[in-house]
Amino acid sequence: MSESILIIGAGHAGVQLAESLREHGHDGPITLVDQGAQQPYQRPPLSKDFVASHQAPEMLPLRSEGFYAQQRIELLTSVSATAVDRAARTVDLSNGEQLGYDRMVFATGARNRELACPGARDPRVIGLRTLNDAENLRQKLDGAQRAVVAGAGFIGLEFAAAARARGIDVTVLHSASRVLNRSVSRRLSEWFTKAHRGDGIDLRLSEGVQSIDAHDDLQVHSTEGESYRADLVVYGIGVLPNVDLAEASGLACENGILVDASLRTSDERVYAVGDCANVDRGGTRVRLESVQNATDQARNLARTLCGEPAAYSEVAWFWSVQGRHRLQIAGLAQPSDSSMLLGDPESGKFSIAQLRDGQLVAVESVNRPADHAAARKLLSRGESITDAMLASAGSLKELACATPAAA
Amino acid sequence: MPIITFEQPNGTATDVEVAEGGNIMRAAVANGIAGIVGECGGQAMCATCHVYVHPEDAAALPEPGEDEDEMLDCTTAERTGTSRLGCQVVLGGALQSIRVAVPSEQV
Repeated sequence: MSESILIIGAGHAGVQLAESLREHGHDGPITLVDQGAQQPYQRPPLSKDFVASHQAPEMLPLRSEGFYAQQRIELLTSVSATAVDRAARTVDLSNGEQLGYDRMVFATGARNRELACPGARDPRVIGLRTLNDAENLRQKLDGAQRAVVAGAGFIGLEFAAAARARGIDVTVLHSASRVLNRSVSRRLSEWFTKAHRGDGIDLRLSEGVQSIDAHDDLQVHSTEGESYRADLVVYGIGVLPNVDLAEASGLACENGILVDASLRTSDERVYAVGDCANVDRGGTRVRLESVQNATDQARNLARTLCGEPAAYSEVAWFWSVQGRHRLQIAGLAQPSDSSMLLGDPESGKFSIAQLRDGQLVAVESVNRPADHAAARKLLSRGESITDAMLASAGSLKELACATPAAA
Repeated sequence: MPIITFEQPNGTATDVEVAEGGNIMRAAVANGIAGIVGECGGQAMCATCHVYVHPEDAAALPEPGEDEDEMLDCTTAERTGTSRLGCQVVLGGALQSIRVAVPSEQV
């Protein structure tokens, strides 16, 4: 295997792919192109530890500094790909160079959906995606007394909880009728609403940001006619997959770069992994935004490129740290699934099993890692777990241990 | 500075220095120790920084917290009596050295 492989984007997916290619014996050139100036780093801490503590946290690199040279991975930072010629199999770079490839992989990730209202350009209105964003946010948090958060998704609520724990008065404006509405069941949304309000966060549903007036402080006007003073505004209103380059090169894109079950685009030499990839999973299109999805897809693609192809079928899992509450999700639920409560929400430790046609498809766990661990095992085995089995078993762990793995 | 010794499944061992208050996962990733992934960034969420602490050093460690204990059921390689998540084991103070074995698999 001496083909040259060009990976665009050195986030979790791109770096994992480069590493896994070497692990699986790929011997040809591997080039990683990334527009960031730093060596590739971990993103999850940026909305959690990074904004929570008063001591300056260190950036956590994805790999050691020497890793890329040791593995013969050419890492080009502060460089973006500007054009792809799929017929000639070349990519133009922002530094004026042109690279050829035998295989190319889009690992371009996603970018923040920007707050578009009047006043949103003020430097005290901040999105959180990159290390630079997080460092900027940390600086502005020092001395801040009031913050408004636009959007009650994972990022918004993680930041809100961290800011509240620092003693900052936090108001969250969420235009949908329930928090985390794209990610969790209704029941869990309601629990988190209560939990965050109990911690002193002013959480307002069905109320978005209308405009922001910038004076000495910021005045945030809501869609409900209310006004909130703030020293800074943080928004987390979703992301958009980075598909511009793929689209310009003529590849089919719709909510991400369209790929088949082996993560290949309509061009047999071009692939996509991670946040930017919209994958055909058994006839259903799935685009996920998570570390596990990025790294597992990268590992899968590395095997494919090294001659061991297999359809991507890993169980999706997610996590979020919201103040004292640790949320873990295994599997992919749909709004129409029914839910079964495991444990007592009042205790702050419980899980919600999601069932479709009486079969377990996902488990949301709050402060119950044992349930999450068991759920990942159960779901990855692909056996049928029915509501009756769940009801009669004492716990998910019991079920995971009782069900023979080989069955 | 505290020292962590990483023993690989093939028998090779590597010593890594770590700052006071640093944890095993971060030291491993920063120094390119094979077999320690740390996919969640040190949140005890992914169980990919699993290590086996040398029995003689295990007694010196505080017991795993509840979160770590439960996530240790999620490791890919078999959990043993001295299994820990590297991100939760902090060096410094009385703990100036530790030996850990890296499992054959993390994912």
